[in-house]
Amino acid sequence: MQDNQILDTEEIKAKIKEAVKDIKSSATLREIKMKFLGKTGEINAMMKKLKEVPPEERPTMGKIINALREWAESRFDEFESAVKKAELGERYKREKIDVTLPGRQRKKGAYHPDTLIVNELVSVFAGMGFEIYEGREIETDYYNFTALNTPKDHPARDMQDTFYLGADYLLRTQTSAGQVHVMETKKPPIKILSPGKVYRPDDDATHSPMFSQMEGLVVDKGITLCDLKGMLDEFARKVFGSGVKTRLRPSYFPFTEPSVEVDVSCFECGGKGCKLCKGTGWIEVLGAGMVNRAVLENCGIDPDEYTGFAFGMGIERIAMLKYGINNMKLLFEGDVRFSKQFRA
Amino acid sequence: MIAPLSWLKDYVDIDVSAQELQEKLFSCGFEVEELYQVGKDISGVYVGEVTECEHVEGTHLSVCKVDCGDKGTFQICCGADNVKKGIKAPVALEGATVYATAKDHVTIEGVMTIKKGKLRGIVSEGMLCSGTELGVNGDMFEGGDYNGLLILPESCKNGEDVKPVLGLDDYIFDISITANRPDCQSVLGISREIAAVLKKPLKEPDLSYKTVKESDRKVKVTVEAPELCPRYIAHYVKDIKIAPSPMWLKRRLALCGLRSINNVVDITNFVLLEMGQPMHAFDLNTIEGSEIVVRRAADGEKIVTLDEKEFTLSHDNLVICDGKKPAALAGIMGGLNTEIKDNTKEVLFEAAKFARDSVRRTSRSLGQHSDSSAIFEKGTNEYTTERAMKRALHLIEKLGCGTVTDACADVKTDYSDTDVKKMTVKPERINALLGIEVPVNVMADILERLNFGVSPAEKELERLLNTQNKEKVELELTIPPYRDDIFAYPDIAEEIIRMYGYEHINGTFMPTGKITNGGYNDAQREVNRIKALLVEEGLYEISNYSFYSEKDVDMLRIPEGAPERNYIKILNPISEELSVMRTFLAPSMVNAMLRNLKRGNYEGGAFEFSKVYIPKSLPLSDFPEEKLMLCIGMWGSANFFDLKGIVENIADAINTKFEYVNGERPYLHPGITADIMCDGEKIGWLGSVDPVVLESIAAERPMLIAEIDYELLEKHAKPFRYSPLPKFAEAQRDLALIADSEISCGQIEKEIYSACKYVTDVRLFDVYIGNQIESGKKSMAFNLTFTPKEEAFTSEKVDGFVKKILSNLKFRLGITLR
Repeated sequence: MQDNQILDTEEIKAKIKEAVKDIKSSATLREIKMKFLGKTGEINAMMKKLKEVPPEERPTMGKIINALREWAESRFDEFESAVKKAELGERYKREKIDVTLPGRQRKKGAYHPDTLIVNELVSVFAGMGFEIYEGREIETDYYNFTALNTPKDHPARDMQDTFYLGADYLLRTQTSAGQVHVMETKKPPIKILSPGKVYRPDDDATHSPMFSQMEGLVVDKGITLCDLKGMLDEFARKVFGSGVKTRLRPSYFPFTEPSVEVDVSCFECGGKGCKLCKGTGWIEVLGAGMVNRAVLENCGIDPDEYTGFAFGMGIERIAMLKYGINNMKLLFEGDVRFSKQFRA
Repeated sequence: MIAPLSWLKDYVDIDVSAQELQEKLFSCGFEVEELYQVGKDISGVYVGEVTECEHVEGTHLSVCKVDCGDKGTFQICCGADNVKKGIKAPVALEGATVYATAKDHVTIEGVMTIKKGKLRGIVSEGMLCSGTELGVNGDMFEGGDYNGLLILPESCKNGEDVKPVLGLDDYIFDISITANRPDCQSVLGISREIAAVLKKPLKEPDLSYKTVKESDRKVKVTVEAPELCPRYIAHYVKDIKIAPSPMWLKRRLALCGLRSINNVVDITNFVLLEMGQPMHAFDLNTIEGSEIVVRRAADGEKIVTLDEKEFTLSHDNLVICDGKKPAALAGIMGGLNTEIKDNTKEVLFEAAKFARDSVRRTSRSLGQHSDSSAIFEKGTNEYTTERAMKRALHLIEKLGCGTVTDACADVKTDYSDTDVKKMTVKPERINALLGIEVPVNVMADILERLNFGVSPAEKELERLLNTQNKEKVELELTIPPYRDDIFAYPDIAEEIIRMYGYEHINGTFMPTGKITNGGYNDAQREVNRIKALLVEEGLYEISNYSFYSEKDVDMLRIPEGAPERNYIKILNPISEELSVMRTFLAPSMVNAMLRNLKRGNYEGGAFEFSKVYIPKSLPLSDFPEEKLMLCIGMWGSANFFDLKGIVENIADAINTKFEYVNGERPYLHPGITADIMCDGEKIGWLGSVDPVVLESIAAERPMLIAEIDYELLEKHAKPFRYSPLPKFAEAQRDLALIADSEISCGQIEKEIYSACKYVTDVRLFDVYIGNQIESGKKSMAFNLTFTPKEEAFTSEKVDGFVKKILSNLKFRLGITLR
């Protein structure tokens, strides 16, 4: 009887099968497994009872019990993997989300369009060896006009109205004013880029009493008009696109001679003529020229030894062209609906 | 500058179309701002002869048969009173476009297309036109202003296009002239450039005239202010017969937008347009003492100009006087008292050079402008002054409106400059500046076309080029007398390249220049880094004007005498809103936030990096300080700590720590304002805009604002250095403390740090005020980090530190453990 009790493996197998029949949770399964295979489980209890069996029978009995244990372990592994698989399926189902719900962004702000343009221009010109010089915005008549070959009675004074702050002080009308400060303190080779705010008493859709310019100046030995063209070609390609060409045409600025207006081929239509270029195929982007001898002399640089070129462009104009902004005022209103669009 | 194509053709054989000419001018430096055809709206109008004309009973209409040559014969109904058999008139046939007029037949109301139709049941196959319907007035064509049919000369051919007959095929060029080329502000001046660019000779206007001996009248001119009037020429013309000008003259003036007055006045206007020299004609009988004195006005002296405006003058104004009174405002306008009248018999013509600046200043200060002052302000030259007088006298003779006498005066003062100017240039240097090789003979040719005298002449130059070293060749140039913009060889280089063509300039890349290192400097890079941080924080960079109004400063309740009120004022602001230079950025930021709220942008944050302008003395006698400031504004649901978090991130970015102490600003909430301290120095502040201010500007949402002196901030930036990782594990402890509600977080943190040197971080993670604890108290939970230095900490050791900290907190601040 005793023997039978110990060795009734079929009964235990049936009990195990019965116990796991409807188990869906791996935790419950684990409990059941412990009941049979744990330290104090039924199979171990059998093992303990072995010592009551006559010694000669023990090896056979031991084998039988071990076979039962192996069987039970492998059965439990099977159950477990089935239950886990079912559980995972449930979990996947439960955790399924609506992937079309909006993403949770941490909203970035945006730079002012002027900053975007200035940074772009700086990166273009920095590669060509231009240092950045930020001049003062309040200047004297001398630096803004006289030293730039525009003495008091000069006709070019009429070209731009000026905000005056005192007998001799004014808000600079052009970043060119910085040229003189640079050339007074630094000797050639000079290659500077000078972005900054300038001021003129104009106020309409295309003019603002405050706007930004970027001035470039190169002074060295043997600098030519062709060098100006070469540099502007590079600028146009980098800023407006690789197919864009430049065109020089005669103009007048008191501080350069010869002076040129610089047009770029229309990057919108490729030069065929469109609304942006008003059908001409060309867009005026900046003024430039060879530094006037009188300016070099005023700054103590020998014009017979050195030549140079200078160029100046309106940052807002470039921004308006590049981004298609139609009213300059938008740049100075701080309306976040405008700013948001530059969140690149 | 306005120039009709038909007039330009007087001086140059223009054999290109108006559009090609526009491009040629553009290529050599003259941008045509507008090119328009005079009769651009008129089409399909032909010369027709009325061969039959019958009045329709009971109407004002006549039914006509009109012979339009090869176009056919048409039945046309016409209501004009001057229609009759045998006349020739413009006929607008079906499909033609002409101006539609109002009931008065004079006011143009638009363009209409002619259709066949019936008038009172009678078929009409077109329209006989008036001058107005074709855009022609009496100054453009004889009979052009008659309120009826425009009668055409019999010489016109039936069926011929009417546009050339009426000059409607003419083009008007509106050309922009750069400030260095005042000599081109005239039809003749621009013709010189056209001749050069088209490689055609220039046909000079006729300057010839005969004089009769004058023994009675003497012309006496005294120039008392030669610095304002370097040259003054006066010429006496008698037997004046004031009459209407001939059609050709009226038409020229009309095309340039001037109204015909009478022959004498029209001649002065014609010369102004043709040569760019303003002239004036005085009725000599009104000139007292028959003498001219050019002088500065006496302070308070008065003049009434031709347009019947009275001006009170000052010492700065130049006047042309007779023996007693001012007769003209020099270079601007004549006086009413000496004006040419229908009965004028003797005229004194004036051609002078007035200093451009004097005319400009007078014209601006009096607010009196004219075609004459516009020209003088840009600059005139004496070569043209002399020729203009001759041209006017030639026209007097040609028009038969007076007898030119030999009585004249030509005052050349010490300021007069008629010297022939020469200069020597080396073609090699010109090419060195341009960077290309323009052949020397091409240079010489271009310069000659531009009226420069060039020596050596063609053949000799060729010989030199063949025999000599090219680099040694020099050109001796005589500068045209009307050019005062030529000083040095780069000016010649410009003349050459604008005619040679800028398309010859090919890009090179500074082959001789030295290599330089470029890019932002460290300080500029720092600004960009802070900007990047603020953008990452969700703020938008904005740009406000550098000027605002004193009212904006009032808005923020800045008291009188505060440093913010020490601003630099703009002497000539465009408006009061933009009249003083900013001394701090907060007003502009508040206004920008307000603008956003008003436009329904109820949430947002913005920042601005800009300069403020701090005068060292007022009025300015030295460059003011231009100080870079950073201003941050947040509006809507953000609270103080959102803004403070951003400011703390700035501190992290420059590797330092800020401290915050209660602060005070006139526009900030007294309980929600902190001064930002760095190494004991105040570098800015932040806070919530005072509700009183918000109410006063009707802001519907709270606003926060921070302003930081960027230069001070930069000063406190610490270079980043890696610090070695701690050798021993750090220990953490959480402490929940009960403190009086007045005690600040900052006080507690400070106390913890000073109680234990191993504390390296104190982080508040919870604050609780409520029924769970005694009223007047708050619970604050801190996380403390202890970093061992010499040896690892045992748990007991850390417990010891905590004990010490707690006892210090209890003793100094009465704080207990919760």
